[in-house]
Amino acid sequence: MRNYTENIIEAENLVKKFGDFTANDRLNFQVKKGEIFGFLGANGAGKTTAIKILCGLWLPTSGNIKVAGFDVYKQREKIKRNIGYMSQKFSLYEDLTVKENFRFYGGIYRMRSGDIREKTGFFLKKLDLEKSGDTVLSSIPLGWKQKLAFSIAIMHDPKIVFLDEPTGGVDPVTRRQFWDMIYETAHNGITVFVTTHYMDEAEYCDRVSIMVDGKIEALDTPGNLKEKFRVESMNEVFIKLARKK
Amino acid sequence: MKRFWSFVIKEFYHIFRDRKTLLILFGLPVTLILIFGYVIRSEIKDANIAIYDPSKDEITKDISNKLLASDYFNLVENVQNIQEIDDIFKKGVVREIIVFESDFARKLEQNGEASIQLIADASDANTANLVVNYTRAIIFDYMNELNRNNPNPLQILAEPRMVYNEEMKGAYMFVPGTMALILMLVSALMTSISIVREKEMGTMEVLLVSPLKPAQIILGKVTPYVTLSLINAVTIILLGYFVFGVPIHGSVFLLLAECMLFILLALSLGLLISTLTSSQRAAMFISLFSLMLPTILLSGFIFPVENMPEILQWLSVIVPPKYFIIIIKDIMLKGVGMSFVWKETLVLIGMTTIFILLSIRKFKIRLD
Amino acid sequence: MIRAENLTKYYGKTRGVEDISFSVDDGEIFGLIGPDGAGKTSLFRMLTTLLKPDKGKATVGELDVVKDYKKIRKKIGYMPGRFSLYQDLSVEENLAFYARIFNTTIQENYHLVKDIYQQIEPFRKRLAGNLSGGMKQKLALSCALIHSPEYLFLDEPTTGVDAVSRQEFWDMLENLQQKGITIMVSTPYMDEASLCDRVALIQKGSIFNINRPEGIISDFGRDLYALRSRDMFELNKDLKNYKNTHSAFRFGESIHFTAENISGEPESLRNYLIEKGHEDLKLEKTEAGIEDCFMDQMTAK
Repeated sequence: MRNYTENIIEAENLVKKFGDFTANDRLNFQVKKGEIFGFLGANGAGKTTAIKILCGLWLPTSGNIKVAGFDVYKQREKIKRNIGYMSQKFSLYEDLTVKENFRFYGGIYRMRSGDIREKTGFFLKKLDLEKSGDTVLSSIPLGWKQKLAFSIAIMHDPKIVFLDEPTGGVDPVTRRQFWDMIYETAHNGITVFVTTHYMDEAEYCDRVSIMVDGKIEALDTPGNLKEKFRVESMNEVFIKLARKK
Repeated sequence: MKRFWSFVIKEFYHIFRDRKTLLILFGLPVTLILIFGYVIRSEIKDANIAIYDPSKDEITKDISNKLLASDYFNLVENVQNIQEIDDIFKKGVVREIIVFESDFARKLEQNGEASIQLIADASDANTANLVVNYTRAIIFDYMNELNRNNPNPLQILAEPRMVYNEEMKGAYMFVPGTMALILMLVSALMTSISIVREKEMGTMEVLLVSPLKPAQIILGKVTPYVTLSLINAVTIILLGYFVFGVPIHGSVFLLLAECMLFILLALSLGLLISTLTSSQRAAMFISLFSLMLPTILLSGFIFPVENMPEILQWLSVIVPPKYFIIIIKDIMLKGVGMSFVWKETLVLIGMTTIFILLSIRKFKIRLD
Repeated sequence: MIRAENLTKYYGKTRGVEDISFSVDDGEIFGLIGPDGAGKTSLFRMLTTLLKPDKGKATVGELDVVKDYKKIRKKIGYMPGRFSLYQDLSVEENLAFYARIFNTTIQENYHLVKDIYQQIEPFRKRLAGNLSGGMKQKLALSCALIHSPEYLFLDEPTTGVDAVSRQEFWDMLENLQQKGITIMVSTPYMDEASLCDRVALIQKGSIFNINRPEGIISDFGRDLYALRSRDMFELNKDLKNYKNTHSAFRFGESIHFTAENISGEPESLRNYLIEKGHEDLKLEKTEAGIEDCFMDQMTAK
């Protein structure tokens, strides 16, 4: 078991309003180093807004929020340097080769070329893609692309990586392999903050939070949540909560 | 029919909800006309003229005085002999020579009409046109005054004649030119983008799977842009006429009919482009490079075709705006009718037919 | 009746689908289950007359998808993978438009979409682009239904939509089925297979199993065990390194394990894991699900 105590995310009364509409209503949560934190919620519940704030893309309306030890109001550049991000929609450049993608993202995070080369070699070997380094990304199967995107998102050893529906549409075997990668990453001390619509994946998380209409309605380990709601699966927990409104 | 109209209405929703595009659609023609109009001198003051007046009667004197009393003209010399005209122009001082008929007043009284020739040096075509137009306006005013209480109205015919540049090359090219440019932009570019957008958004799939016929989809897409293009064409003509005094000597009906023809041509080009591409970006680039650039560079809008290298002259033969600009210029500035522009009109009709046939053939009822 | 015989489609050298045959009875909900890139969309496009097959033949209601495409287009409702809505039109305008192009009106067929459309009607003035995923999905379904089609083709209607909306969506499909509409639906979510009457499992352009969901599960030929321990990460690793492991995949809170020899060896496995120091070890036989079957077939190849 990973036993870190350091908090990587500390959100205290996070509020984000757009005009009259409250997208995030007083969110309170902490995420620990090396933790896999599932961030669940229905479409439109406010997940994306919260992630954008945690990544330093948007300013919150109010609240005390620290990511990787930095303040989301004043130290957004430092936050960006210490996080990784990957989503199903935005990941890699289709018209660049695998290696070029690594080089480009490494460059963004100001990694030294030696380090980039070393990391590229390391991940390609791990993914068994050594022969495909010079292949243009568009001709790589979707499942591998997602794994590559994840590798690139953690290439610069961020303190935390945000994964926004990373496994959408991926076949079930690749989905497992992807989660094996997530586990290993967390094991190595990188916090994983993940959203998903696959409820079985919610079971893989150390803790999950479930957002409904801008509020966090539940936050605990999957086991405790199932016990509390007296159901068999996270799917039922989710449906019970989201239907309650 | 209801099906068709609901399509058209939907298309208008798209257009009107996209504020930025709308601004471009209507702002661009106005801006372009104003820029071109002001860059080219549009007013005359103290233009040097000469008068040849063999009759020297009350009326010719009245007209001369009226002309000179305005701020526009400055009499340089009274021509004594009609033979001198060439020499006078050659000196390059005089812009226009006003030539009265002999026995002007008597002919006017007896025949009810008499004529004045307005000979202008058209080497500077825009100025020549302006000078002639100002002169005509003053003469026209005078005639109206003369006819105020006259039951048998008298006719003073003011006939313009251009020397050195009878074709009026370079005159007011900005009106036909801008018109060609804008119509290409609105009709071809906008149509192709709006069709390709449906492909990109995936809505085309559902349209294709519906019982709509390809022709209905095409017509529904195109109709709103025909309307917008016509509005733009009329706006440009009106701006040219009221703000810059660009005359419309020919038939307004013919002018609009030719505009309509050109709009159809541009639309069919837009359709063709949309059948060949599947992304808005590609449609945009193809439209810009294959339509806009030739319209600006090869149509004679900015650079006279005669001065181009031979290769480009050949290339300009297939540039539709070239013919449109010739037609519009001839109708507006020379006041000619169909008998003078039928060749160009035929070329445009031919091109339109080819493009429409091609794009209907190319329009896919399936996705592959 | 929807029928496909040896359908094949290539895009240049890339395989879309190859040699696909199946039939869907009238009034059935037929599921096409498989990941992205498996060929689901190609198949849908051929059946909805949008693509011509390279080889093979397909009919929808006895009509040929190539020859009789015009007639088919009047009979089917199609919801493409990306919800095909006009983002800059309002909810109501979208629905009215799709009604009109099929020569009908919202009023005329309101009864068909009522259950679904009522849920989004309060937002009828909102632009479709500003709807949440679940609402977009409902609007797209309403649009596909408004002309009262006999056959409904839904290409990944639940992708990217949250679990609640997904369940509501399947409830709606059941209602539609009761109205006599034949529904063909594709999904990458394996758990949705059990909601179909019959499913086809598709992977890399070919179908490898067609059956009732129970049938597919009973075809699963191995003993399946669910394992848990305090440290799932280590458990996963240790299972993968076990000498007799045929497959070990995480499944919710446990790991599903099958052994090389068809009926597994729970005792020696338990001993191996206890030796590895696992605490609170739970090992019990369990029922396979569609996803177990799918992965079994995938890894078998």
